[in-house]
Order: sequence, then C-alpha cells, then structure tokens
Amino acid sequence: MPTMEKPLTRNIRSDGAALERAAYERAGGYEGLRKALRMTPEAVLDTVRRSGLRGRGGAGFPTGVKWSLVPRGADAPHPKYLVANADEMEPGAFKDRFLLEKDPHQLIEGMIIAAYAIEADVAYIFLRWAYREAKEALSRAIAEAAEHHCLGKDILGSGYSLEMIVHVSAGRYICGEETALLNALEGKRANPRSKPPYPQMVGLWGKPTVVNNVETLCNIPHILKNGPDWFKGLSHTNDSGTKLYGASGKVKRPGLWELPMGTTAREILEEHAGGMRDGLRFRAAIPGGASTEFITEAHLDVRMDFDEIRKAGSRLGTGTMIVLDDRTCPVGLLWNVERFFAQESCGWCTPCWSGLSWVEQILGAMERGEGEEGDLEILREQTKFMAPGNTFCALAPGAMEPLASGLNYFHGDFERHIREKRCPYSPPL
Amino acid sequence: MATLYIDNTPYPADPAQNVLQNVLALGLDLEYFCWHPALGAVGACRQCAVKAFKDENDTRGKIVMACMTPAADGTRISILHPDAKAFRASVIEGLMLNHPHDCPVCDEGGECHLQDMTLMSGHLARRYRFRKRTFRNQYLGPLLKHEMNRCIQCYRCVRFYQDYAGGRDLHAFHLRNTVYFGREQDGVLDNEFSGNLDEVCPTGVFKDATYGRHYVRKWDLETAPSVCVHCGLGCNISPGERYGTLRRNINRYNPEVNGYFLCDRGRYGYEHANSPARIREPLLRREGKTLPISKKEAVRHLGELLRNGRVIGIGSPRASLEANFALRTAVGPDRFFAGMADMQYRLLSVILDILRNGPARTPSLAEIERADAVFILGEDVTNVTPRMALSLRQSARQSARAAAAKLKIPLWNEIAVRDATHGQPSSPFFIAAPAATRLDEVATETYRAAPDELARLGHAVAHAIDPNASAVRDLSPPLGALAERIARALSGAERPLVVSGMSLHNEAVLHAAANIAWALCREGKKTGLAFAIPESNAVGLGLMGGRPLGEAFQAVGHHEVETVLLLENDLTRRADDATVNAFLDAVPHLVTLDLLHHPTSTRSELVLPVGSYAEATGTLVSGEGRAQRLFKVFIPKGEIQESWRWLRDGMAEAGRKEMEGWRGLDDVIAAMARAIPALAPAGNAAPSAAFRIAGQKLPRESFRFSGRTAIWADESVHEPKPPEDPDSPFAFSMEGYGGLRPASLTPLPWAPGWNSNQQANIKLQTKVGESGPGAHLGLRLIEPPEGKAPPYFGEVPARFMPRADRWLLIPRYHLFGSEELSRYAPTMMELAPAPTLALSPDDAKRLRVGEDDEMEVELEGRTDTLLIRIDTSLPAGLASVSAGMPPFVGVALPAWSRLRPAAGGRMLRMVS
Repeated sequence: MPTMEKPLTRNIRSDGAALERAAYERAGGYEGLRKALRMTPEAVLDTVRRSGLRGRGGAGFPTGVKWSLVPRGADAPHPKYLVANADEMEPGAFKDRFLLEKDPHQLIEGMIIAAYAIEADVAYIFLRWAYREAKEALSRAIAEAAEHHCLGKDILGSGYSLEMIVHVSAGRYICGEETALLNALEGKRANPRSKPPYPQMVGLWGKPTVVNNVETLCNIPHILKNGPDWFKGLSHTNDSGTKLYGASGKVKRPGLWELPMGTTAREILEEHAGGMRDGLRFRAAIPGGASTEFITEAHLDVRMDFDEIRKAGSRLGTGTMIVLDDRTCPVGLLWNVERFFAQESCGWCTPCWSGLSWVEQILGAMERGEGEEGDLEILREQTKFMAPGNTFCALAPGAMEPLASGLNYFHGDFERHIREKRCPYSPPL
Repeated sequence: MATLYIDNTPYPADPAQNVLQNVLALGLDLEYFCWHPALGAVGACRQCAVKAFKDENDTRGKIVMACMTPAADGTRISILHPDAKAFRASVIEGLMLNHPHDCPVCDEGGECHLQDMTLMSGHLARRYRFRKRTFRNQYLGPLLKHEMNRCIQCYRCVRFYQDYAGGRDLHAFHLRNTVYFGREQDGVLDNEFSGNLDEVCPTGVFKDATYGRHYVRKWDLETAPSVCVHCGLGCNISPGERYGTLRRNINRYNPEVNGYFLCDRGRYGYEHANSPARIREPLLRREGKTLPISKKEAVRHLGELLRNGRVIGIGSPRASLEANFALRTAVGPDRFFAGMADMQYRLLSVILDILRNGPARTPSLAEIERADAVFILGEDVTNVTPRMALSLRQSARQSARAAAAKLKIPLWNEIAVRDATHGQPSSPFFIAAPAATRLDEVATETYRAAPDELARLGHAVAHAIDPNASAVRDLSPPLGALAERIARALSGAERPLVVSGMSLHNEAVLHAAANIAWALCREGKKTGLAFAIPESNAVGLGLMGGRPLGEAFQAVGHHEVETVLLLENDLTRRADDATVNAFLDAVPHLVTLDLLHHPTSTRSELVLPVGSYAEATGTLVSGEGRAQRLFKVFIPKGEIQESWRWLRDGMAEAGRKEMEGWRGLDDVIAAMARAIPALAPAGNAAPSAAFRIAGQKLPRESFRFSGRTAIWADESVHEPKPPEDPDSPFAFSMEGYGGLRPASLTPLPWAPGWNSNQQANIKLQTKVGESGPGAHLGLRLIEPPEGKAPPYFGEVPARFMPRADRWLLIPRYHLFGSEELSRYAPTMMELAPAPTLALSPDDAKRLRVGEDDEMEVELEGRTDTLLIRIDTSLPAGLASVSAGMPPFVGVALPAWSRLRPAAGGRMLRMVS
C-alpha cells in the first residue's frame, strides 16, 4: 500500500484546535451527507451494510445489520432516535475523545446520515462528563451545522428534519452500556435493560433507537462519499476500514494512530509507539481497553481486527492497548483494573456487585502480601461465575477477561505473591 | 398449556408465565429473591439460575435465569444440573459475603427468605475474610426499623415502594456493592403502604418497629385468619398474639381482595386491641360510682333490664353480622336501630339500592387493578379506603401494560415493561374531588369543586354517554368539555370503573356515579362501580337493615324507652354533642357492649367487655359485598366475650327463648339465615366449626410453638387444658392437623423449607390451587340483578354558590386519625395530623389569615378554634375540616359555617 489513507484523522489540525465548519467543508465535509440525501434511506443503509463497517465501541457488531433492525415505513413508531455513544470510559481508551474534540463536524455529519438512514427524528450525543472541550466543540459545531441548514427542519432542502442534542452524562462507566445509557438519558438509574427487547425495536422512551459509537459514526460520511468498496480497500483484512489504534503503558511514544484495520500489534507497538522504554521488555498487553484478554509476545504478529485476534484468545475491543512491561507487577495491574470495574458495577446483579468487589479485595490483599492459599481458586471460580450470560450485562464478563487470561499467563507471579507474602515487584524494604 | 421439561420430566406449564413461576406452581423448589408475583421479574439477583437446553440433543446447555425465561412449549431446563447448582451456590455465597451472620439473634430469623434460600442452596461455610461493608441506618419513622447491613440488593423494596405504591421518598442510592436503600435523609416514610416493606424485603432490612418493641419469634405467635377492621375493604390479615397481647398484623394473601399488600392503618391499627383504654371487666354504675362486677352479676343485671321490656338496640357498622343479629334478635327487628349517623345510613342505603337494583357490579380489588379507565367521583380513596388506592394505582398502568404487550414484551418481564413504557401517560384516570388527593399523581385530569358541582359533572358525564340520562342545566362550556372527555374515555375502555363514596355526605354524588356506571352498562360495557365504605361492616349492617338512629333518639326523648342496648358504638361519633347529651340524660338504662372506653361507655349504667377483632369470631361484609369470617386469635384475659354471647346469656337470664340453643357461632348464623334470607350465604363465607382436615382441627399454634407448658407457669404449674372453641375449626393448641392446608386457612404460611410469609404463601397457593374451588376467599352477597335496569336518577343539584359570609364546611379524611378504632393505636397516632381547617388561598386572603393562624369556626351554635392550613387546591367558598377527630366528631357535615380570625392571637400554635 503506497500511501496510507486516513479518512478519520486526515483533517485534524496540527495545533489541536477543533476543525471549523468552513474548513471541514473545504476538505470535502458534508459531501457524504449531500450524497446521502439524494439517495433513499434504504439505499444509504444498503451502502453502509455493503461497506462491512463494524461497531467500533468494542463489540464489532455490523453497523448496517444494526440499522436494518429498526422498523421503518409508514407504520413505524415515531419519534425514532439515534444516539452517539460518546461516554468513553474504557480504561486506556481515548480515541473517541480525539475525534470529538478535533473534528466534531465529522461526527455530526455521520450522525445525520445515520439518522437519515434509520429515519430518526432526534439525535443525542451522550457525552462523558469529563470531556468538557468536546462539549464546547460539539455545541459550537451543532450551532454551525444548524445555521447552514445541515440540522433542523428540512436539511439542505431535502425535506428531512433532525434535531440534535448534546447530553452530558453524570459520569459512570456503566453509561457506556447502550441500554444503561438509554436509562440514564431518560433520567433513571443507569442500570442496563433486559434484552430482548433490543433498543432498535424498543429503545429511548420505548421508541426505536440506534446507539452507535463515535468512531463508528465518524466513518459514515467517508463511506457515503467514497463508496463501500473504497472502504473495504482501506483494510489489511476482511474487516473493512481504518481503525484508531492506541497504546498506553511504558512505551516510548504512547498515543493514537489511524491505521488500516488488521494492523499487527507488533507494528503498532514497535513502529508507532516506538517500542518499550529503555531497559524494559514487553511482557503482555490488553489489546482493547481493560475488558479484553491479555495477548503476549507470541501473539504480536496477529492482525488486530475483530475476527483475527479472537484466534489469539482475545478481542479487539476498542483497539487501544494497555502495555505491560517486565518490571510492572501484573497482579498490581489486575488489581488496578478490577478495582475500577468493582467500583463501576451498577449494583444490579449479584455476580457483578458482589463478585467484583471480592475479586478486587483478594487482589489487593495479594499485593499487600496478605494473599492466602485458596485465593487463586476463588479467583478462578469468580471468572467462571461472571462468565458471559451469567450476568445481566457485559460489564462483569468483560472485567473477567483480563483476570482469566492473567491467571493463566502470570500464574507464577500470583503464586509468588502468596508464597512470599509480598509483591515481588515492589522494592525490598 | 405448554409442556415444560424439567430435568427431563415433562410438566404442564402456563406459557404466559416465566419458568420460575411455573416451577414454583408445580410445587418444585428453586431459590429466588428479586422475583415477586406482584412485582414481576427483573433478573437482578441471578439466584433462580437453571440450565437451559435447546432440545433433547443439546448436552451442553447454558445458564439462564428461570425468572427471565418464558415457559414456551417444549422449553427444557434443569434445576438439578451441577452447573446450575454450583452457580446458585455462588450467588448465595456472594449475597452472604456481607450479610451479618447473626440469624439466631436476628429478629428476621425464622421467617427470613434469605435464611431459607441459604439453607436450600447448601451454602454452609463462609470463605470471605475481609471487612464487611457496613451502612448507617436511618430513622424512617415510628413504623419501621431500618437495618441496612442485612441488605442483599434485590431491589424489591424500591420496586414496591416507588413502582408499585408510587412512593417518592425511598430510593436506591450509590452503586456497586454499596447500593443504599433509604431516604435522602432521616425522616418518616411518606407512603401509605410503607409497612409492606417488612414483608416485601426477603431479609430483615425493614422491620415492623411496633412488633420489635414486643418481639417474639414467629413460631411462638398464636394466630388465626382474620380480617382488617379499619375500613370497609376487608383486607385479609393474620394477627399474632403472645402472653395475652397482640404483637402484630401481617398480610394474609387473598387474590381477590388485598393480594400481598396492606395499608399502614390496617397493619399498625392492631395496637388498639392492646390499649389501656380496653374494657376488660363488666362495669356497673351505682349511685354515681362505676365499679367492676363479676360476669355473673353482669348477666343478672342485663337479664333484669331485658325482662323489664321497652328495650331498644342500637347496632354497629363495626360489629360483626352475628353481634348485630344477636342484638336485633334480643330487641326485635322493629326496635333495632342502625348505629350510624342518619345521613351516613341514608347514603349507605342509597349505595346498597344502587348495587342491588342496578346493572353495575362492585368489583373486587383484583378487578379494580384490571380496570382500564377510571373515574373517581367525590372520594378521597387513599384516606378513606387506602388499600383500594393501591389497586387503583395499578389500574392506571393498564395502558402501559397494553403498550408493552403490543411490543411483544411478556407482562411478567416487569423490568422490560417498565423500561419500554417509562414516561408514557397512564390509562384514562379522572378524579373529581373537592381538593387534591394523593391519587392525583396518576390522574390524567383532575377537577376540584364543591360536592354539588362534582355531582353535576358526574351527571353531565352520564348524559354524555347516554342522552337518556338526566341533562345538566347551566353547564359551563369547559365543564361540559371535561364531561365529554371523561365520557369518551370511559366509553372507549373495555373495563371502565367508576369509584365514589360517602365521605362527602352527598347523595347527589352517589346518584351521579350510578348514572355513569349504568349508562356504560347500557352501552354493553362490563362496568365496575366501587364505593369506598369507611367502616368494616357497614354493608353488613345495611343488608340487615334497621331503623335510623335519629328515631332512637326521639323514642328516648319521648320517654318511650326504658333500656337501650348499645352495641360496639360510641354515639358521640354518630351525632352532635347536644343530641347525644340529651339522649344520655334521658335514657333510664344504658347498656354498652364494647371493647374500648369512650365518651358513651363512660356514661353507661352497665358496660360489658367484648372481644377485639382478634378476640372474637364473626363475619363482616366488605364494601364489595364480600362476606368474610375473622377468627378469634386468642382468648383475652378478663371477662371478655363476644357481644352475641353476652346478649344470649342476658336473654337466658331473662327467661327469653329467642336465643336458646345458640352454643356456637354456627347456631347464630343458622338463625340469621332463617330470619334474614339475604344474609344466608354469609354462612358459607368460611368453613364452619365442624370443618376438619383428616378428621382433625386446625391448630392456631405452630409445631414449633415453645413454652406451652411454661407459658402461664407463674400463675399455675399445672398445664391447663386448651380451651374449647365452639365457633371455628381452629384449636387453641399445637395439636391438630399438621400438614399443608389451604392458604386461606393458613394464618402463618409455612411449607417445608419456606418460612417467610409471602414466599411460603406462594408455595401454598400453588400447591392447593388457592384460586380454584375449595379456597375460602369470602362470599359475595351482592350481585347485580338479571334483566331490566332501573331508571336513571333524575334530580341534578343546582350550581354551587359560594356565600359572602359563610363557608361550606366539608369533611377531610386522614389515613391516620379519622378512623375510630385506630385512634387507640398509639404508634400510628404519632403520625396523625393535628386537626386543622383548610382554606383556599383567596379565602385566606379575604379573611386576612395565613398558615398556622387560628380561626374560629361557628357552626350551629358552637364555636371551635382551629389552626389554618392553606390548601391551594381547594375551591373558594369551601373549608375542609379533619373528619373523625375532635372537634368535628359527630357533627353533620357539610354545613355552612361562619369563620373569623381568632381574637386571642396565636395561642393555639404556641401550645401546639
């Protein structure tokens, strides 16, 4: 591939300021929308379906399929809703923030097209409370878009109307779960909903609703503008498009890069993140935010897309990896991660609120040198207890993914903590 | 019927229910917490996990929650699969991490669902070694004690309190394993049904605080099936007694009446039976002194009075059918007077005529819940008959349930139903009342006006449904439009319901309510017509009949009467002071039979102590017309006996034969059936004294009852023979049939492994098919007649005209403080409001008074001073006063009164 295309980040200004509408349009912005509005909603949906775009929030569900589940036509219930899930709270993930702050019109355009495709009447951006700059950028951009007839009544003379509202979340990890998000948006406790019914049929205020991740929606204008085949061609693998990959941890250059879908972990780590800091060795990584299984040195050449990485026993998740080096305690890392999940459990289902806090306390005890025989057995049991399907939503199973794989990969470390009654990584007293 | 395979055995199942409910209905055991038949399935606790298999070839299966799984035909699950059992054991382990391990000294122990489920899952040893999470408990008022450390986060409390009962001051706060169920700050829980939290909670987070003060173990209570006496709904309860005092009431499940829930007045009103004001010995006044006498002397005195002739009897709307009938028998039907204020008795007769002659049927509370359009005309249901308000709240959700069904969400899936319909408007629900009521929260529209105006609206609604019903003249266009909207909503419903009542003392309101219901019936609608009846056996008394009380006063005034027998009644609540005083001065011999001292009893010549609701067996007829038996729970100390027994003994002493052969209650009922055929079916309301299961009586004491031989050892070391009970199939003993019995005959539900009231009850219902034949849910005495409907009521009242110098005083009922007997329940009365006079803001301005100022109320020659409350919902020209509490006890309202700001400043406020 001679020149790598970076549709999502190509226009982002080097000074970090948000791209304004004029500059966005000059760079080809809103062309996708104009094109979409000349098509039928069904044709727009079909275009997205053919592009093979999969949800970038972590689950990788095909976007076109999700949209196609929304009832349409004269009998469809209204108002229908489109929600951009901008409640990015996955540990290690900061990709949506980048898009929100730097190129807000890209998201807005993507949302209008998505809303048009599902014939939605109202669109919400459910924004993480801490993303204050994004709030400013989005509010300004929405006003600009409305001023130029890209939002509101009769968008660009197409007869299609859409209202767009930024909702700043009160701030909990569980709000990123799409049905908890809907409850929060309705002013209720952010507990997930029972599924079925799925939001596409019964969502916000009981009406058909699509919830899409920010990065997913940002791809839409480009797909419409350049076509599904172009989008497929951006990737190294069968999964289409580009992906915002990230790396954090003790690498030389932590950061975020738009790369072809299916870029290997090694390339991200060595070429883009600059490899490990001097004196440190790569030990493992959690590839997609905290709620995915570890990958190790042996998996570095696996292509990071939704399907390939499964073969290495992990998930792509958000594609923003947390790197573990050989001098950082893996038990400590897991304690940190599980403490986060235990704290963010919504308190609804027993395995999650009870199990996570127990897991967190055991890991903490181990780090303090208070681990006991039998602790590993309990931890292993808990990873099974909180397996997918056993809990009300995906939070606890997600929290168990790094722990379950960590118990395998770092078995010796766990045993040493218990046997030596101390954390072997902490400096000797 | 679907086929549900459970551990490879096919069972018949109800496909409209989830797997859990089917499993329990089949009598199988499966642990669960968050599911509740009235609160639905929400999938939170994960305790009811089973293994589900796609088909008979699927060997892997997957864990699913039985409560969240439809029992579709061919569903295959395993309860006993090792994975499912291990999962359920893990859930219990997780729930028990932080739970105090103090069952032996915990006041929930022995009726704790968590304890039962922990045992059932086989969780024995605790592996958790860290500090338990702890909470600060809150003060929630005098009725409930809060013990948050016991909480297992099943969300039942808030689901009941907020979602089911409409409470707004109990929330789930915070998250993770520290969700806190409480109020924003300490304070009295505001909802009328808060006491149910004790029973809804699967462990002991919310505990009946009154029970806690004289706590004994559940199994040490003597109990019998009973019926609440604090309003006319007849909710089924189980009182419990130990050492001669009543310890608590709990709910007794009756699917047609109260279901799983009681109101707080009904739950906590029991304290009146322990009141120091109880009459426990016969009392005789001689030469100005009142002294206790023996039972024998009392009977002799009563016999003498009965022998002398010229005796009349005043009955009671709170005494049983049998007590009233005994009095009627003693004095003769033409000398039997209904012990209600004349106005109320007249209203009651109107109601009974409407129900007996008209086509509209009185709905049970269960049917009220299913109504899909409601019009409440002139009644504050929440304060008069509280439990009915809880049912009405459910009816307001019918549209949401219909919407959910349309979205193909199974109705048992409560969480999905709620989430899908959040914020959607309630079913058509209109309330016309003089002032704001609690149910306004669920109303689609409210209308506030003077009673006559309410009647006019009602007539206009009827006319809008059927032009043959009386038209209303001078109807203002907005009111006409409102009437049209109400008419359209009721006509458009499948199960419309009209609710009214007698608390406004306005006959025209009752006529209007009847016209609406009848107009709907003529359209072919199955229409419910419910009346809120404030007293426990008013309908029974009305069906028995009797002369108006005013005629008794006249007869005494004219010296036509020698002796008055006053049955379970305080005349000061039935007529104004002047009338009652004149009566008391004129009556030569007054005999009062009652349980509590009151202003009438203290001026009686002979006072005979009678049993409280827990100390006498008898039959009450509820506002629905349902005859229900309440059984004696225990034999009280002292010379207390049933009213009918005193009268029988007195009659025998007098040599009269009318009550010869009345040995037990069944004899009284048989005589009543002969004398008053309309009441004959009441005999079948419950099993007779001859009823046996496997040839045995039914014990009132559990098989775990302790201290039988020692309980009275301080008085005598000889174990007394258990007393006989000739009135019921229950024995005052642990002996008798020990097996499972119908839930309706099980005051203290228990099934092997299931010790908590509601959960054990669920096991029992299903085991014996509670709703099927053989269940004793009471018997309806009033059914609409077949055939022709009566003509509409014609007279429409004229428009209400406020007066320049007078205000129309109307009664306002209070949940706590208005009802007679519960006024003797001290804990509850802590929450009773001080009597006030409420005025509209405009009128207050006109009178130059504000909130908490004093007002002199001049009414028919008397002047009372009351504190003012400004009620923004009250129309001008009206003033409302607290009903059933001084000073407006026994005063006939509505009445025009003069109001003036009190001259003496704000003394009252300072005193209060």
